[in-house]
Amino acid sequence: MGSFLHRHRGLAPYLLLLPGLAWLAVFFVVPLVFLGYQSLQSGVFPGFEFTWEFSNFPDALSEYREQFARSFLYAGIATVVALLLAYPLVYWIAFRSGPWRNLFLLFIVAPFFVTYLIRTLAWLNILADEGPVVGFLQSVNVLGEDEGLLFTSLAVIAGITYNFFPFMALPIYVSLEQVDPRLLEAAKDLYASPYHAFLRVTLPLSAPGIVAGTLLTFIPAAGDFINAELLGTPKQQMIGNVIQAKFLESLDYPTAASLSFVLMALILAALLVYARIVGTERLTG
Amino acid sequence: MTTAAEVVEAGPRPNALARVWRAVKRHALTVYAILAIVYLMLPIAVVILFSFNRPAGRFNYVWQEFTLDNWVEWDAVLGIRDAVVTSLQVGVLATLVATVLGTLIALAIVRHEFRGRGVTNVLVFLPMSTPEIVLGASLLTLFLNMTTVFTLGFWTIFIAHVMFIVSYIVVTVKARLIGFDRHLEEAAMDLGANEWTTFRKVTLPLLAPAIVAAALLGFALSIDDFVITYFNAGGTQTFPVFVWGIARVSVPPQVNVVASAIFIVAIAIALANVVWQYRSARRSQGAV
Repeated sequence: MGSFLHRHRGLAPYLLLLPGLAWLAVFFVVPLVFLGYQSLQSGVFPGFEFTWEFSNFPDALSEYREQFARSFLYAGIATVVALLLAYPLVYWIAFRSGPWRNLFLLFIVAPFFVTYLIRTLAWLNILADEGPVVGFLQSVNVLGEDEGLLFTSLAVIAGITYNFFPFMALPIYVSLEQVDPRLLEAAKDLYASPYHAFLRVTLPLSAPGIVAGTLLTFIPAAGDFINAELLGTPKQQMIGNVIQAKFLESLDYPTAASLSFVLMALILAALLVYARIVGTERLTG
Repeated sequence: MTTAAEVVEAGPRPNALARVWRAVKRHALTVYAILAIVYLMLPIAVVILFSFNRPAGRFNYVWQEFTLDNWVEWDAVLGIRDAVVTSLQVGVLATLVATVLGTLIALAIVRHEFRGRGVTNVLVFLPMSTPEIVLGASLLTLFLNMTTVFTLGFWTIFIAHVMFIVSYIVVTVKARLIGFDRHLEEAAMDLGANEWTTFRKVTLPLLAPAIVAAALLGFALSIDDFVITYFNAGGTQTFPVFVWGIARVSVPPQVNVVASAIFIVAIAIALANVVWQYRSARRSQGAV
């Protein structure tokens, strides 16, 4: 093998790439083509026909406009809340936590070690009507006697925020960890107040992490259906719930496939808007 | 060493109020960090706590009474053992295959100049930035349109897992390869080792920590995945699919037992890693 590679040096990278890229081509790219093919079909299960049914897309968008809007609203709120919650925590870990910072970092990753569905179900216990949170909020009159938290938009957004929190926190941590402390010293030497040093040095240097964290949180959150299913009611349904039900329950594959494509297109559009706001070079890295 | 700061400290006392304010501000961040960590740990604590509960009705939402029965008879619930076994089998197999494929891609990207590099990077990056539901749905349409080749079940889950894990393996191994000292390989070649021997005896052992870390990440992703699996499982149940199935009917405490066990094993491995990093950091500091 060694001598073969030696004689054909130019081939080596392609041989290394071949198995992995073939797998991605067959089981990632080809399926997307099939999804496109399916989205242009019409008819009722199992007799779908390929009819270049482009009207599937506008139909899907207009019929489920509400669920699309809700998905992007919930994902957007969850992303902003996760950013506000995560930033001070990872700032503390990066600059104030001492030699055991990897231990504190472990606390951020720890939720990943509990199966997604089960950590979502845990919020059922925490937010239950008989639980401590609702009891406390009722006693301070934030919630009325017969009001609860479960099966509301608030519960769904809280679940999404919690579940994707590590995706927000880790990239910000990575960018904060790379901040050269000498830059902060220099800012101090130049009479910047801690507040200004943060605003003019630390915050801009952590911007790539914020951008990466925002994307890593928003994209999966917009396609999520587990939180809405477990912590919400049909009134909180997101587009993921619809796609899931169309594919696996009502077997309406063309609609489900076009909804998937519209979801991807809308996420892409959101990314482009975001890229215009933060600048393209930050987005690509 | 007398610094300007000490001179200032020794001078007239700064405004006491400002100092209190500074202390509050300083500790406010620490207090916040503790609260945030409590928030992150809360559901985990609940999962573990309720694995020791003896629920009164079908649902395990309200604390009743402490018991160890759920741990002793963790597989008393119909189907839970099979689901856990399937999860472990898929996890091990998919991780092995994805780790090999992903490491090879990482080697090619970092070590070689070749045409099509940009396309390769995009192809690796895209699965990570596509919503899971789209990954699951598109793969399902492939399987449904080729029923002569694929039957939904264990192997379609395996295929799906390898597909979405590979990218994470590439990213993890690549990060390590970039900071890799090539002089060691050159030394091996100078001493007469051919490329294959050099790879086996030098490159692979040095890469081993990154490969192991990548494989652990891949295994964790596989064990945890619900969405992609659910679309492509047919009648086969992994542990998350099993939980989804019973979540609307009743959640027995055994589900918490399995989740807690997975958590404890994962956290033990991660803690060992933290301690190891801390020690090696101290050792290298001592050496300097």
